[in-house]
Amino acid sequence: MRMPLSWLAEVTDLPPGARGADVAAGLVSVGLEEEDLHGGDLTGPLVVGRVLDFTLEPQKNGKTIRWCTVDVGQNGQMLTEGKHQEIVCGAHNFEVGDLVVVVLPGAVLPGNFAIAARKTYGHVSNGMICAEDEIGLGHDHEGIIVLERLLGAEKAAMLQAGDDAIALLGLAEETVETNVTPDRGYCFSVRGLAREYWHSQGSPAGGYRDPADVATPQANDSGHPIRLDDDAPLDGNVGCDRFVARVVRGIDPTRPSPSWMQKRLTQMGMRPISLAVDVTNYVMLAVGQPLHAYDLAKLDGPIVVRRARSGEALTTLDDVERTLSPEDLLITDSGERPLAIAGVMGGASSEVDDSTTDVLVEAAHFDPTTVARSSRRHRLVTEASKRFERGVDPRVTAAAAQLAVDLLVEHGGGTADPGVTDVDHTTERTAYLLDVTEPSRIVGVDYPRERVLAILRDLGCTVDEAGEGTDDTHVLVTPPSWRPDLVDAPDYAEEVARIDGYNNIPSITPTPSEGRGLTHGQKARRIVADALAGAGYTEVLSYPFVAAELADQLGLAPDDDRREAVRVANPLSEERPLLRTMVLSSLVDVLRRNLARGHKDVAISEIGLVFRPGGPLAKAPIPSVDSRPDDATLEQLYAAVPDQPRRAAAIASGQIEQAGWWGPGRAADWSDMVAAVQSVAGALAVPVVVTNDPGHAPWHPGRCARISLADGTLVGHAGELHPKVLAALDLPPRTVATEFDVDVLTAASEEPVQASEFSSFPPALTDVALLVRSEVAAGDVETALRRGAGESLESIALFDVYEGERVEAGHRSLAYRLTFRALDRTLTTDEVNAFRDAAVAAAAEATGAVQR
Amino acid sequence: MSRNAGASEAPQPPTDESSERTPMSGPNTNYDPVEVAALDPAQIDAAVEQALAAAAAAGSLEELKAVRTAHQGEKSALALANREIAALPPSAKAEAGKRVGQARGRVAQAFAARQGELEVERDERILVEERVDVTVPALRRRPGARHPIELTAQRLVDAFVGMGWEVAEGPELESEWLNFDALNLGPDHPARQMQDTFFLDPVDSGLVLRTQTSPVQIRTMLDQEPPIYVVAPGKVFRTDDLDATHTPVFHQIECLAIDKGLTMAHLRGALDAFVRIMFGEETRTRVRANYFPFTEPSMETDFLCFACHGAETWGTAEQCRTCGGSGWIELGGSGMVNRKVLRTCGIDPDIYSGFAFGLGIERALMLRHGVQGMHDMVEGDLRFSQQFGMGA
Ligand SMILES: [Zn+2]
Repeated sequence: MRMPLSWLAEVTDLPPGARGADVAAGLVSVGLEEEDLHGGDLTGPLVVGRVLDFTLEPQKNGKTIRWCTVDVGQNGQMLTEGKHQEIVCGAHNFEVGDLVVVVLPGAVLPGNFAIAARKTYGHVSNGMICAEDEIGLGHDHEGIIVLERLLGAEKAAMLQAGDDAIALLGLAEETVETNVTPDRGYCFSVRGLAREYWHSQGSPAGGYRDPADVATPQANDSGHPIRLDDDAPLDGNVGCDRFVARVVRGIDPTRPSPSWMQKRLTQMGMRPISLAVDVTNYVMLAVGQPLHAYDLAKLDGPIVVRRARSGEALTTLDDVERTLSPEDLLITDSGERPLAIAGVMGGASSEVDDSTTDVLVEAAHFDPTTVARSSRRHRLVTEASKRFERGVDPRVTAAAAQLAVDLLVEHGGGTADPGVTDVDHTTERTAYLLDVTEPSRIVGVDYPRERVLAILRDLGCTVDEAGEGTDDTHVLVTPPSWRPDLVDAPDYAEEVARIDGYNNIPSITPTPSEGRGLTHGQKARRIVADALAGAGYTEVLSYPFVAAELADQLGLAPDDDRREAVRVANPLSEERPLLRTMVLSSLVDVLRRNLARGHKDVAISEIGLVFRPGGPLAKAPIPSVDSRPDDATLEQLYAAVPDQPRRAAAIASGQIEQAGWWGPGRAADWSDMVAAVQSVAGALAVPVVVTNDPGHAPWHPGRCARISLADGTLVGHAGELHPKVLAALDLPPRTVATEFDVDVLTAASEEPVQASEFSSFPPALTDVALLVRSEVAAGDVETALRRGAGESLESIALFDVYEGERVEAGHRSLAYRLTFRALDRTLTTDEVNAFRDAAVAAAAEATGAVQR
Repeated sequence: MSRNAGASEAPQPPTDESSERTPMSGPNTNYDPVEVAALDPAQIDAAVEQALAAAAAAGSLEELKAVRTAHQGEKSALALANREIAALPPSAKAEAGKRVGQARGRVAQAFAARQGELEVERDERILVEERVDVTVPALRRRPGARHPIELTAQRLVDAFVGMGWEVAEGPELESEWLNFDALNLGPDHPARQMQDTFFLDPVDSGLVLRTQTSPVQIRTMLDQEPPIYVVAPGKVFRTDDLDATHTPVFHQIECLAIDKGLTMAHLRGALDAFVRIMFGEETRTRVRANYFPFTEPSMETDFLCFACHGAETWGTAEQCRTCGGSGWIELGGSGMVNRKVLRTCGIDPDIYSGFAFGLGIERALMLRHGVQGMHDMVEGDLRFSQQFGMGA
């Protein structure tokens, strides 16, 4: 919402010399955020010019420029060279004879843009013919300003070449733009903003002059008939509880709105259109009440406000035919023909035009919810809908209509009908019994009773200190009609704190009595992340949005539950509508991006949630918010939220150990991925078992490890990705990856580690080479050796794997070093040999291993 | 250098043949002072001088070892002299013994000293010879790194945990009721329209990708009895395209306190603690009113720019790039938890009050570490995270 300083000064007192920045700072201090400052940052010469002549000059770049001669009066080249101003202009929306705005060399435009004569397109251009945005008038850069169009022919006829355009367009004046929060609908008006500025100055007595404070005539029966006929209120609230209709007849349709009004509308960022439309907009900006002007000649009977019928349609002022919903509230002619979507936009059929002489002014109060839903349904955010949605003062209706009538009479030459319609179903706000100590208790500042009451009165509240229930600490407060947001004690506390000054609130560090620190899961997750980084992986965070084709590219079986993905209804990209069911699904994108940027050796990891709906989404209940939902409803609510396990993934391509002066590097292979999971499990002190898994997508069937807990619970998979997957995803051959469940590891690490005793006697080492069939897993051989070796086995290491000429075809040799140690003695050679033989016997039985 | 200093011109020890020719002395059978020339003081002195010269002349431990046998070995002149003492009459033994003993002592000492010198020289030489260029690359395996968003969240979490708060978490795909309705954002609330929500298929599922971490606060209040002091970091989602200041997936951290007697002063205290953790002990805040449906009263906080320390540089040539010249940086929204929200969560607003605040972690990261835009934080380029190592 914008506000020119001159308009502000009409409503409240501005300190002498106050600048836009001062006003903005004042508004900020009472909680209204500054959005922008317009105007006041331009120095001339900026003058009215008349286009005398131009020649079209096509350019090599395909553009055609106009080489213009412009009469700028006794300014510029006329003073120095005795000739008219010569200017190059790129725009084409003007004719010879048009009045335009010319900025001359020496001027400075907004944004510190200094104007000088400069060579361009083979000419010396002595200044510039201006577009709206260049002089801070608006945001339009479609063409240059033609003053006949901007101000109307009548006003333009009074202008002369060389006139100062800064004063003409109000550019010398600063306009403050403020961001209005949803609870302060009344600040969508000069009336409200000026009131807030007045508060920021300490609310000096007599310093605020309410622009809505005008005399209004008594309603009577002779006005245009209005019927409020809402048979389907939303949430029990009728769509329209007040409708004022006034008629002005005999308006001269050729008369434009006055230039001061046009200037203000322009400053407010609105475009002057016609007297009737400009007046309704001007009054809305002044007091916050959206108005609508109908051409009375286009109405056949009474105005009926009702809900739309299904199948009904209306062509709105923006020339779009809109199919209406039974929730839309309509203004209709005689209950039949729709004239407008209430509070949102009028229809084309009853629009005022250049032959309209009799105007019906509508000032109504519409239900915020009804307007909000219509605005959202039709994707139509208008000046009116913005205000109604946030709440319009239901007591300003008649005054707004009166202000509009007065302006139409004064500037259109019309006459106001004596008939005044005011259907008023609004109710008075009830008083709230406020504990005056409550603001102190909520804010933490000691506000004396008198301070609280003075602030409330300044805000426009009625304070009753004697009514029912009042005592030393309680008063009855009725908020002003424009403040629907003031309901209970916290609302009043905020007002007191805001007007007294938020910066008076002290700072007291809260002191929770008992904190249990991070949970085991939270600590464990950090350990996982740190362990992955410690193992050489760089942590990244990818978007969880994936393509539908990814499941096929990853080679997931038709019945793989990782195909069950949640679909986003409004994805940013139609190509990626699904939520990932694996972290790897989106981590591959990051790998590809890094490779595309020229990183050849990439090892990255991510920990994050995946989305596992396990079927179609359940419907989550939407219980009432009036009290805590019962346990059954809450359980249903929580259960409707799909399973979102936390998983970690890592992927690597290229060399994991760099080549260098020491020799060649080492490419990442499947074992690095198994090692990564083992490092993480080791960091959490969780023992894991590795087995070959020949059938788990997207891994290579011969190079995939299944990693599980000792009890068999799956932790995850690690290894080389399937060559087909790599081809489908356009990733380098031999790319390796792992994905594992962090929650499983976390849970497994919860129980305290139980320490084993260890021996201080010397170790006894013995080596054994076993011949096994090639398909026998080394992990199985080791398990059997451990089982057979007995309790004295301290460690076992596979130190050689041989397959080749020296062993039987289809077999391989596995060489193990076994280390034995007893808790209570030094083992004898005989004992060690016996243990070894037992180990070999167990391996032989389990895997067919033969000692070489 | 003296031309006589060479080892070859130094006095030579007796050769093996000459010592062999020297008859083995028996005990005093036919004492003849002329025959026991080995005990002649002049000869002993000469032998000592020769030995000392040989030791001094040895240029290496090997040379020293070679000459040592000649001067200290079984067949050296002094060893011979020592053996001759036995043949002397008792009256002469003492003096001769003393003389030979002293001589042998001097020689032993000289050799030991020279041995020591040469060992030091050798050790030093080996160290010099073993020198390498330690400036060649040493890291064969590139170290990993944590993502700075995670590190920043950890840093904030740790500070609050240190003050006695706990960490709360919740799902990213969340019930619409917990994300909106329970937070006083009813279906028609204007503020609900401001948030660009990812809805799920089917759209009437009542589920959304959470647009804020606030549903975690609701879950906490529904499930726990006050007092509650929790900090909730997490990923949130809005339908914004990626550009320099927006990303559809970003991170927030929110704090919620519910207890008896909490006021806006406590909120301010917690906010002050927060900015001190992020931007240094000297950081000051200023506050003003704002509107958020979740809170009433609500508050907006700015903190003094840590780069320009509040200098108003707007419109000047030195306009501060961190704060844009105003001297202050917006931290984020906060306020006292709306009574409606407390009631929805089953907490009696007449007994308990509380406050909540939050901010975007990306923004904190941009401010604290001078990250220029969103792209680096979301694209996953190795170079970005690696700047931060394991802690930032
Ligand atoms: Zn700064």
